[in-house]
Amino acid sequence: MATITIDGKKIEFKSGQTIIQAAKDNGINIPHFCWHPKLSISGNCRVCLVEVAKMPKLVIACATLAADGMVVFTNSEKAVNARNAVMEFILINHPLDCPICDEAGECKLQEYAYDYSVGESRFKEEKQHKEKRVPLGPNVMFDGERCISCSRCIRFCDEIVKEPQLTFVQRGDRVTIVTYPGKELDNDYSLNVTDICPVGALTNRDFRFKSRVWEMSTTKSVCTGCSRGCNSDIWVRNNLILRITPRENEKVNSYWMCDHGRLNTFKNINQLETRINGAFIKEGLSHVPTEWESAYRKAANELKKYAKDEIAFIGSPFATNEDNYLLAKIAKNFGVSNLDFMRHENPAFGDDILKRNDITPNSFGAELAGIRPGKNGFALSEIIQKINDGKIKVVYLLEDDIAESNPEAAEAFAKLKLLIVHSVNFNKTTDLAHIIFGAAAYAEKNGTMINFEGRVQRIRPAVALATPDKSLDGQKLSRQDKFGTEYDSWAQKNIKDALPSWTILMNVAKELDFRLKYNIAEDIFLEMSKNIDALNGLNYNILGELGVPVKDSINQPLAKAL
Amino acid sequence: MAVKKRTKDLTFWQKIYLPEIAKGLALTFKNMVKPKYTIEYPEDKFIPPPSYRGRPVLVMEADGEERCVACGLCARVCPPLAIEVQASETEKEKERYPVKFEINMLRCIFCGFCEEVCPEEAIVMSKDYELAFTSREEAIYGKDKLLTPIDQLNDRIEFLRKYK
Ligand code: SF4
Ligand code: SF4
Ligand code: SF4
Ligand code: SF4
Repeated sequence: MATITIDGKKIEFKSGQTIIQAAKDNGINIPHFCWHPKLSISGNCRVCLVEVAKMPKLVIACATLAADGMVVFTNSEKAVNARNAVMEFILINHPLDCPICDEAGECKLQEYAYDYSVGESRFKEEKQHKEKRVPLGPNVMFDGERCISCSRCIRFCDEIVKEPQLTFVQRGDRVTIVTYPGKELDNDYSLNVTDICPVGALTNRDFRFKSRVWEMSTTKSVCTGCSRGCNSDIWVRNNLILRITPRENEKVNSYWMCDHGRLNTFKNINQLETRINGAFIKEGLSHVPTEWESAYRKAANELKKYAKDEIAFIGSPFATNEDNYLLAKIAKNFGVSNLDFMRHENPAFGDDILKRNDITPNSFGAELAGIRPGKNGFALSEIIQKINDGKIKVVYLLEDDIAESNPEAAEAFAKLKLLIVHSVNFNKTTDLAHIIFGAAAYAEKNGTMINFEGRVQRIRPAVALATPDKSLDGQKLSRQDKFGTEYDSWAQKNIKDALPSWTILMNVAKELDFRLKYNIAEDIFLEMSKNIDALNGLNYNILGELGVPVKDSINQPLAKAL
Repeated sequence: MAVKKRTKDLTFWQKIYLPEIAKGLALTFKNMVKPKYTIEYPEDKFIPPPSYRGRPVLVMEADGEERCVACGLCARVCPPLAIEVQASETEKEKERYPVKFEINMLRCIFCGFCEEVCPEEAIVMSKDYELAFTSREEAIYGKDKLLTPIDQLNDRIEFLRKYK
């Protein structure tokens, strides 16, 4: 195979690769602003200048094809001088308002200024002034002075979303970014430009000024906005989720996420007014907070009063595999065969980039975990029918606001003698419920979900609960949690008293005289991997950060390029 | 162990003590007539020099605005995590300001790091050393107690410009 030598290190490359790509694949980082692995080459920032032996002039690593035997120096005197000169040039008109800028702390320009520039400017004249605080669209704010004209944002809209919305206008040092006349930066993926913008020129209007990046903890998770299951990072400060950003996974979402997933999948978790803290029992017309223990007992005692065919268990495509599996297991043990979950399809949601019509994160997993009618059991539509007929009197429902999305079910649920619900927030379904358990949201617990292609991926606790997850082993989630005392106004706040659904189920099962012993979510997953062929041999460690595909019937990883 | 002989024995004059007593008394009398350093606090207040590090305060400009842009660097550098800043957006040109700025005076160790790190010269060490509270809540100083008019802080700011 052909090789090139970068700074004395011999590396192999595939033909057609540029120097910067070959270097990246081999873990060598050549500084760059405008180049992005998923965008076309623009070659305008000139920071990636490198020296190539026997070439008279320096070349830009992003646009120069690697050739066999090429010898590249990224740190020779000539290359270093050129890079310093380019940095000084880029910084000429940069406002240096880092204390105000949201990008500070994760800014490429800041980073390179420390690493590669001389630390002083010879430019004594007045800097160019441009418009600051220009809303380009509903989600993105633009600061003209900070822009270094790398054109990444323009290329993103043109090439990835294929909706040209941004362009350069003016020339020289007056060049700036605008939206095309009559257009806004309002595509479904607009917030990705705030990630790829190497400086703080494009910022997330929802997150603006909420926190400095170093004050938040990040946790690797998966978006629950639809069945794509984009890999994400959850950013938390003072136990509140402040933003969600995409995490690179070539097999799922590449570098991107849609705006819906970023903005609409965490606010309900923060919302103290609507969160369910603890357990509630309906007395008269209102829900009264109850001790967890007495709510478990009450749920079990009430369940025992009915015949098995008067009861239906409903799982959820929003809950994890572990939660669904346990529900199915308890249903089977208890003798309930009316078992199903509701699918949520929104034909208007999907597109051919990332978004899928199935707007739940785990319908694949719910099915795999065994949420389906047992022998002589009924499926959801029939369950609703039977409730209306008075044949089914009890529903045990996991984390799904069915009453909101299915008016027919709402009507039927109102007729139930007993409705037990696990839910993160109060909603239409909990209004009808007789017993409510406060369930931990996806950002508060361990578990797995399976995306539409059959990729098993992990979620992890990013937010602390009143009862800490045992798998954390006492480890705190953020600096504030770690050092705060009850006397500090910044710590130990916004802590909700909710439990993962599998814990609640386990405790209810105990009252039903069905003893289960799981300490952590992985215990359940390990049991699943023994009992379900598709998950054979998997554990949380193997799933890792990027997940793995489930196996098909002959125990091969599920087809395709997963 | 061998007994060590004293390197220097007392001289005859030292041995008879009297001259030494006279020397000591001379020092005592000398100090009796020297100017006094003790201050009758709290009737008389000690006014420290500009190099003194009293409690950290926020600089309030002449127009009643804080200088702070809520960059959070002081909160980050503060060794005992005494500072909490919450930023927000303002319509003013500087875009960003602290909606909440609190220093927990029970945590503060008067190290002056916050003042040193501040890029806006917005937090400085004052001359205020009179800190007494009767509850933990009271020890958390908010913007109301922290904001101090700039003319009270000029000598510290000058000192910083010279020596920082
Ligand atoms: S706004 Fe950001 S991404 Fe767009 S050209 Fe300017 S620096 Fe590049
Ligand atoms: S495409 Fe789906 S999974 Fe990805 S960010 Fe959007 S809603 Fe979330
Ligand atoms: S003086 Fe030191 S301890 Fe006190 S607030 Fe400033 S940085 Fe924190
Ligand atoms: S370092 Fe200065 S500008 Fe930044 S938050 Fe502290 S006081 Fe405000």
